[in-house]
Amino acid sequence: MTVPCCGPKCSAFCAIISFWGIIMLALLGIFFYIEAPALAEDLPIDEDVWAAGNYNYTYVSDLYKQVAVNCWIATGLYGATFIFSCIMLKINLRSSYSSS
Amino acid sequence: MGSLYRSEEMAACQLFLQAEAAYASISELGELGLVQFKDMNPDLNSFQRKFVNEVRRCEEMERKLRFLEKEIARDQIPMPDPKEIPNSPEPREMILLETTFEKLEKEMNEVNVNATTLKKNFLDLTELKHILTNAQTFFDEAVLDQSQISEDSGHLLNDADGLQGLLQTLRLGFVAGVVLRERIPTFERLLWRSCRGNVFLRQKEIDTPLEDPNTGEEVMKSVFVIFFQGEQLKAKVKKICEGFRATLYQCPETANERREMAAGIQTRIEDLNTVLSQSLDHRHRVLVSIADDMKAWHMKVRKIKAVYHVLNMFNVDVTQKYLIGECWCAERHRSRIETALRTGTERSGSSVPSILNRMETTEHPPTYNCTNKFTKVFQSIVDSYGVAGYREVNPAPFTIVTFPFLFSLMFGDSGHGVLMFMAALAMVVMETKLMQTKSDNEIWNIFFGGRYIILLMGGFSIYAGLMYNDIFSKSFNIFGSGWYPHPQRYSEHTIDHHKDLTLDPTNNSDYRGHPYPFGMDPVWQMSLNKITWLNSFKMKISIIFGVSQMFFGVILSLQNSRYFRNSVNIFCEFLPQMLFLSCIFGYLIVLILYKWIAINATMSACAPSLLIDLINMFLLNYPLEPCSSAEFYDGQKSFQSFLLLLALVCVPWLLIAKPIILKRQHSKKQVQLLNNNDEFEGRKSTEINLDGETQTSKQKDGRKDSHTGHEEEEEFSFGEAFVHQCIHTIEYCLGCISHTASYLRLWALSLAHAELSEVLWNMVFRVALKMSGYTGLIAIFILFTPWAVLTIAILLLMEGLSAFLHTLRLHWVEFQSKFYKGDGYLFDPFRFDKIIEVSADD
Repeated sequence: MTVPCCGPKCSAFCAIISFWGIIMLALLGIFFYIEAPALAEDLPIDEDVWAAGNYNYTYVSDLYKQVAVNCWIATGLYGATFIFSCIMLKINLRSSYSSS
Repeated sequence: MGSLYRSEEMAACQLFLQAEAAYASISELGELGLVQFKDMNPDLNSFQRKFVNEVRRCEEMERKLRFLEKEIARDQIPMPDPKEIPNSPEPREMILLETTFEKLEKEMNEVNVNATTLKKNFLDLTELKHILTNAQTFFDEAVLDQSQISEDSGHLLNDADGLQGLLQTLRLGFVAGVVLRERIPTFERLLWRSCRGNVFLRQKEIDTPLEDPNTGEEVMKSVFVIFFQGEQLKAKVKKICEGFRATLYQCPETANERREMAAGIQTRIEDLNTVLSQSLDHRHRVLVSIADDMKAWHMKVRKIKAVYHVLNMFNVDVTQKYLIGECWCAERHRSRIETALRTGTERSGSSVPSILNRMETTEHPPTYNCTNKFTKVFQSIVDSYGVAGYREVNPAPFTIVTFPFLFSLMFGDSGHGVLMFMAALAMVVMETKLMQTKSDNEIWNIFFGGRYIILLMGGFSIYAGLMYNDIFSKSFNIFGSGWYPHPQRYSEHTIDHHKDLTLDPTNNSDYRGHPYPFGMDPVWQMSLNKITWLNSFKMKISIIFGVSQMFFGVILSLQNSRYFRNSVNIFCEFLPQMLFLSCIFGYLIVLILYKWIAINATMSACAPSLLIDLINMFLLNYPLEPCSSAEFYDGQKSFQSFLLLLALVCVPWLLIAKPIILKRQHSKKQVQLLNNNDEFEGRKSTEINLDGETQTSKQKDGRKDSHTGHEEEEEFSFGEAFVHQCIHTIEYCLGCISHTASYLRLWALSLAHAELSEVLWNMVFRVALKMSGYTGLIAIFILFTPWAVLTIAILLLMEGLSAFLHTLRLHWVEFQSKFYKGDGYLFDPFRFDKIIEVSADD
């Protein structure tokens, strides 16, 4: 792959955002996993299903775990994006070094 | 490295330089960069100064250098920056440089002129060649057409003499030439119209573009042949060709002649090409050989010019052998300056040393603050508002802490603080590399210049975020919340059937008994009255910090008065100001602290309303109803009335005391002077009276010289002093109240920031989290980036800039108006590196 599909600024930007995404989504996943109450309002709670289950806590606990897993998979996706943008960055640097 | 607390002690010095050593000494001082020269000849224009010839020579050299730079740029040869800045050259090196530049310029000009001539010849020959190649086709066409028309001739005319025969039979003449391609249609039309269709044009395009020798552009041209009959048409055709700037060439009629001519032209073209390429090569080689030295030469010439500008500021001694000048320098740098002067004298080989002589002056010295790369940005923030007066207390060292602190109060979010800290850390760690790549981007330069202040702002914001318990609008529960709903009061049934419940802290019913140890309790994030509670809290701490900073400002004014031995200011300004501030706003702070400590939840119905109490204190109004405005400690009414009285007494004290004391001081001085005069002269004058200030000043005029070191007393006008003091009083007293309220922006901005952060999370990222299953996964992956970008754009950049500006205003107006005069001017030393930097930007 000698032709980069992002320019140098774009790939640097993607690298930084992906790096932030990895760290933040990993931590967010951990906080969802330990069932932090601060994140309770962010859960995809369906009022009717919960009422039908008589408002037991296991429903909420399951949702917490589910969102945590979602966050961790997203972390993995951002890891892939990070690697991709780092490769783009290296290609860009190499092509600009060789042309100058 | 001096102290940043006050500006450096400056000394005005006289400089005696021997004429031979002058150049070398000034260039040594320029490398040192610690001396600011005063212009001794301000009323001379640049043509009347002593070294005007040298400056002119330098400018001539610069012109030649610019010409050479342009030539180098035209050939696209890179000009690298020199690895190290060259030292300022000797005067004899200047002559060497001059001759080099002149030789180079002459050579360049010659080469350029030759190249132009050669290119013109080349163009002519090329066009002729094209005409000759195309002529055959034209004439053939013409013959063919004619033979088709004249069928009665019966036989095809022979190729060899076809054209000649044709021309003879029809007495046709022709011209051949070359014209720009875009002019052909108009050319043809004009020919047709003006010759009434009696001329015959044939044209063919030249495929390769030709280079115009004057402009160097490439243009497309076409070859044409015009056939006509008769002399008059010939003249018309020639005129039209001239008008269209078509070049006409002699084209021989027979094919043989044309072939010979073409062969001859071909060889000539090849020869010309060789010569042209060789001369361009030569030019290129010459330019490449000087390209490396260009920047160094430029710097040398600039240094020479700068030294001569400085030398022009000196006075020439009567004997024409010495130059005398005046300068400002820092007292503690004098030994370094003297060493530099000695080096300069040695360099020039002169035997007479230069003299640096300290002199007394009444002028205000410049303000010189020695800063390093960390403190530079804080000093520049202070200097932007106004440069400190000489030896005044410098607000910059305090700004190093208070600026990031007040910023963090308005920005308080740990997540954003971490981002800011990381970004600044990246800039600081890669500092040396980034400083070498000089960028033109203004915004980047501003951010890079402020990397240390951004680093501190980020760090302090992390702390403030932990105190407000706000990380990307979420709270962390590290230590366990202090609130816990009592199991007996809150059964499952209660929780299931009420949407909102109120936790009651009285008697530890829903409260554990000990508070959350560090920062805001995380339970507030989920409470509906979070903002109401935080408002009260943030407003009160804003007032506390604001009034503290104002107290600190007043104390700094005390430091200034003590340093300048101005005891009048201490008794007439500092004391009343301090008392006024303490009685009203110091008391308010005490009340705030008391309310926080002594009032608990059981008394919340009748908790004293501080604002109403303050207003009632001023109105001397002490109602019994409602209970929040009633007295809440014994003796409150008398104590508050006493404070009010004290504060009111401070106002006339601040207003009147100083002008009166100044007037008395002035009169006493007048009497003293008169007594001295009498003793000196040995006679008494009966017309002297103490109020006759104008009379005494007239008598003093003649005795001005005998009182050296004693500045002529300005006319002391009591009215002016009184008005000045009046303004100061009103400004201070009203300012106390308005500035205290102004500090409430610390609360306002932190509220706005917290709300923006929460809204961004709720509107952007929560949408992703609220989706379940695989859609949720994709949504989280996709929506994180816009959330991150908006966080950076809105919350970091926009809010950060806003908080920065407000902190700046708080420092400049609320803090510095308590003590800062800011009437100095900056120390601007003669430094080579600054001159080179400035002119490199051009």
